[in-house]
Amino acid sequence: MKLITAVVKPHRLDEIKEALQAFGVHGLTVTEASGYGRQRGHTEVYRGAEYTVDLVPKIRIEVLVEDEDAEQLIEVVVKAARTGKIGDGKVWSVPVDTAVRVRTGERGPDAL
Amino acid sequence: MPPGITTLAADAPELSAANTGFMLICSALVMLMTPGLAFFYGGMVRVKSTLNMLMMSFISLGIVTVLWVLYGFSLAFGADVGSVVGWSGDYVGLSGIGVTELWDGYTIPVYVFAAFQLMFAVLTPALISGALADRVKFTAWALFIVLWVTVVYFPVAHWVWGTGGWLFEMGVIDFAGGTAVHINAGAAALGVILVIGKRVGFKKDPMRPHSLPLVMLGAALLWFGWFGFNAGSWLGNDDGVGAVMFLNTQVATAAAVLGWLVYEKLRHGSFTTLGAASGAVAGLVAITPAGGSVSPLGALAIGVIAGVLCAMAVGLKYKFGYDDSLDVIGVHLVGGVIGSVLVGFFATGGVQSDAAGLFYGGGVEQLGKQVVGVVAVLAYSLVVSALLALAIHRTIGMRVSEDDEVSGIDQVEHAETAYDFSGTGGGSVARTTAPAPAPTAAPKAKKVDA
Repeated sequence: MKLITAVVKPHRLDEIKEALQAFGVHGLTVTEASGYGRQRGHTEVYRGAEYTVDLVPKIRIEVLVEDEDAEQLIEVVVKAARTGKIGDGKVWSVPVDTAVRVRTGERGPDAL
Repeated sequence: MPPGITTLAADAPELSAANTGFMLICSALVMLMTPGLAFFYGGMVRVKSTLNMLMMSFISLGIVTVLWVLYGFSLAFGADVGSVVGWSGDYVGLSGIGVTELWDGYTIPVYVFAAFQLMFAVLTPALISGALADRVKFTAWALFIVLWVTVVYFPVAHWVWGTGGWLFEMGVIDFAGGTAVHINAGAAALGVILVIGKRVGFKKDPMRPHSLPLVMLGAALLWFGWFGFNAGSWLGNDDGVGAVMFLNTQVATAAAVLGWLVYEKLRHGSFTTLGAASGAVAGLVAITPAGGSVSPLGALAIGVIAGVLCAMAVGLKYKFGYDDSLDVIGVHLVGGVIGSVLVGFFATGGVQSDAAGLFYGGGVEQLGKQVVGVVAVLAYSLVVSALLALAIHRTIGMRVSEDDEVSGIDQVEHAETAYDFSGTGGGSVARTTAPAPAPTAAPKAKKVDA
């Protein structure tokens, strides 16, 4: 199994969710996150005082998939998340040893 | 406050139901300004000190009201003692005042005048609190209010508005409180922060306003309440002057909003909501002393000037390194000075009094008086406020500890937090408070909610 993690622009969430559903993903986890990459932050001005806001709001989407689906799913997420502008985010995958469905105790791919 | 309407003894004023009703409404409007100010300031601080900022204003409603009844009204508006303070035994405890007794020379009861002026006394110390954000012990602040209104606000109100008060008798024009309220509070703020110093992290840490909608709401409530503050200060509507003041209040405030916004667009690149809200308050402050003596075009000029100059003035704290946290000096002191001095230029001589300013052929006489009023109130409030803060600082201490300030004054001083950020799950375990221990004996009587 693989854990696909995507840190992307918050307003792409709905697109990504729909794309994943169309792909056949049954569940995902979304977390509000903040951070920066090449985009860095932005500047805000309050009564003339400038503040550099380094950490910009992002969302982190996590999906568990079987190994053979991983590459395709990454492509789906990247396509749905892309705006072409700086700050679109990153998607990566890591191997997962095991997963357990809490209600039934099913393990491995059956738990997905 | 206008010079008393001169009346012949045989032609003594009678109680006017219209004026009395109007003044009661104005008093309620001015009362609303203090919570409005609390929101204006409360939105501008960081999340961790929101409640403290709200409470610094709100507590003034409690403290000053009590003091006003006990002796404040007497000190401010009692019979003149040496041109510097008032005192009338009848006003102590507001106990010797007849229900139908009229305020001398006017058509409203003394009680109504006392209620109206009370709201001013409540608002003024609350204005100071904006400079002291995040760092002042609540007990120290409460004690400061008690001392400050007693030795600064009540006497200065007498100087400016009390019959026999030295600035009043000199002919300084301060319709609704440019000197007595705004310069007074702004200078006090400067005096106190010179004693207590900066917030931890000033100029280093970002100190963004946590809720600009709250700031906007506060500014809107202030603007609304200010109609009572300004138009009510004529104490009646028999000659149209109060109506001129009402209109000028709107005109100057609108102009100041535009002045501030255009300045910051040119200087910093954006029209900000904080700029719009701040411009409104700057305009309201500046027209406060002036609105009863200028034309609508004069009010417009005063508003634009105040909007631009206050927008410039709020940057000074970074240059000079004093932490006027929410710009009480930049907006109230500077705005108050602008309005009070501009009376000397823009007074038409045809509204509140026949004293004309420089632009209306009156020469520099009124301007000179205005400058005296500004300097006197500024200097007295600055020095005495600094001394009061120093006395408190040396005894019980003005500031919370550095740790408490950094972790957030709300939890330390008020045992509360402004917002629950624990999400939809009802709070995490770490945040859940243990239930209070069960009482050892069953309560004698159960209170049943209907």
